[in-house]
Amino acid sequence: MVETFSLSIIDYAIMAIYFIFVLGIGWALKKYMKSSTQFLEGGRSMPSWITGLAFISANLGALEVFGMGASGAKYGLMTAHFYLIGAIPAMIFLALFMMPFYYGSKARSVPEYLKLRFDEKTRGFNAFSFAIMTVFASGISMFALARLMEVMLHWNFHYSIIASAIIVLVYTYLGGLKSAIYNEVLQFFLIVIGFLPLVIIGLQDVGGWQGLTHQLDIVAVNKGFEAGTWTSTWKYLGSSSTNPMGVDWIAMFMGLGFVLAFGYWCTNFLVVQRAMAAKSMSAARRTPLIGALPKMFLPILVIVPGMIAMALMSMPEKGLQLIGNNGQTDYNMIIPTMLVHYYPTGLLGLGITALMASFMSGMAGNVTAFNTVFTYDIYQSYIRPGKSDAHYLKVGQFATIFGVAVSIGAAYVAANFNNIMDLLQLIFAFVNAPLFATFLLGMFWKRTTGNAAFWGLITGTFAAALHYSVTIAEGKGGWLAHLVEYPSAMAQGFWTAIYAFTVCLILTVILSFSTKQLKSDADLTGLVYSLTPKTKDEPGIPWYDKPVVLAVIVGAISIILTIIIW
Amino acid sequence: MDMDIRIPIGLLFAILGFILLAFGLYSANDTELYARCLGRNINLWTGVTMLVFGAFMLFFSLRKKKTL
Repeated sequence: MVETFSLSIIDYAIMAIYFIFVLGIGWALKKYMKSSTQFLEGGRSMPSWITGLAFISANLGALEVFGMGASGAKYGLMTAHFYLIGAIPAMIFLALFMMPFYYGSKARSVPEYLKLRFDEKTRGFNAFSFAIMTVFASGISMFALARLMEVMLHWNFHYSIIASAIIVLVYTYLGGLKSAIYNEVLQFFLIVIGFLPLVIIGLQDVGGWQGLTHQLDIVAVNKGFEAGTWTSTWKYLGSSSTNPMGVDWIAMFMGLGFVLAFGYWCTNFLVVQRAMAAKSMSAARRTPLIGALPKMFLPILVIVPGMIAMALMSMPEKGLQLIGNNGQTDYNMIIPTMLVHYYPTGLLGLGITALMASFMSGMAGNVTAFNTVFTYDIYQSYIRPGKSDAHYLKVGQFATIFGVAVSIGAAYVAANFNNIMDLLQLIFAFVNAPLFATFLLGMFWKRTTGNAAFWGLITGTFAAALHYSVTIAEGKGGWLAHLVEYPSAMAQGFWTAIYAFTVCLILTVILSFSTKQLKSDADLTGLVYSLTPKTKDEPGIPWYDKPVVLAVIVGAISIILTIIIW
Repeated sequence: MDMDIRIPIGLLFAILGFILLAFGLYSANDTELYARCLGRNINLWTGVTMLVFGAFMLFFSLRKKKTL
């Protein structure tokens, strides 16, 4: 039987107060939204601690939280790879090497950088695919929130969709990117305080870290793995058959650590946009590094609860039952189930508010990235170029409404996948994996031509789709043939990314040699490494504000953490 | 600079912290309520943490007003 509970007046009061603040921030920023730069780029005025927290908060949507909780149960501590090798090197690379081109060039978005560096069609491809991806992601967030509220609190599914859409719309419409970023910072702190008690109480319940390890050893052995598989990260990655994730260290290192991580953190406008809203070049470069500091510790909040839940489910006397399981285990429900299991009236309201906050941050992040790309890269480029800024401000506001409206449609489409994280990996693999090859060549090899970039990108995306079509894992993929069977969807996703990246890289190099470079060295100044003066920090900034110093600190901490949880 | 985000964050945390703290004190003897969380009054402790964090944010906002 699923535990019964109901929210009391105090839980609703906590929720209501939070939403008043969320909308209030949007309202307070409304009067500053006088230009498209203010609305779509946040005025490029924010200090790096704000953009840094928003940088990771935009990625800490509920899909991430649920997916990571689910993976924490299914794969154990190994999931922390997404927070170390799968994030930190890419964030350091973005900060030190790529941000100077994004922030220093006249580009207002990632697709616009592609336009300046390559050509119109490369930008167009990226802008359209990105726009579709963001609305889709926002729709999935909305769907998942509404379904959760339906299962947990018996709220009406359709009302939840409409209510969440309206709240996100109001605060992004009123305050634009700045409102989204400020709210992401607020949401970040709320998520931390909302989930931390869960980890503390849960750990005590299973007998501390030692009790957890002991219990997960039993789980691992029962599933046919070595004891300790659930509480280590690299130790059992020697072969794909010795760990539940079904990946070996090559797939982990190259697939997640290199292709997917760099593809996501370095080229996804959703996160890069946060850094571009910083007030100065050094603040923009610090953004991913400041974000990386809390990022490395997030596994405690999002993965450990999944591990605790796995341990508890193997101890029948604890009575933990996943919400909404009709005979089968829906791992995505772990975090909400644990909230209900442990939180009393009062804290339960805070926990659910934190969950809602993480859904909203996922939606708002996508909506604000969508409206910028739509306005600058689609509308201003293809529909109506050369209009006044006031006109584009209006279009940006309209795009916000349009984006939310389309997300509602996407919310009703999104339904069929068990582990939401796998689906996101799939989309990233198709669209993002080849993209990093294009950026890498574009930024560091001035010979790369526009035609080569475009056809390399198209073929890379096609290669991803093709690879997915001829391989199968957990019954997914394999539309055309079953050439290879992967032990898990995650392994399939990693390898899809590796193939897409390699195809794009090789083809772009070959085509660059056989096509003419239409851009002169002068065109490429500020866009390519060898043609850009070395970025200097602003004079007089203290040592701890220097991006290189921060990068060394972040790198050192991440290496120590990796060794501790090896 | 338009708005210091530390003020709304500080206020929200202070208000929610106060509510949880007050409710935690009010329900301190309700063993049934806290049975699910191993008998610990986590409302009280979370409330205190939030209140301190909120005060901290507000304090820094007031002190460093000129630099932001």
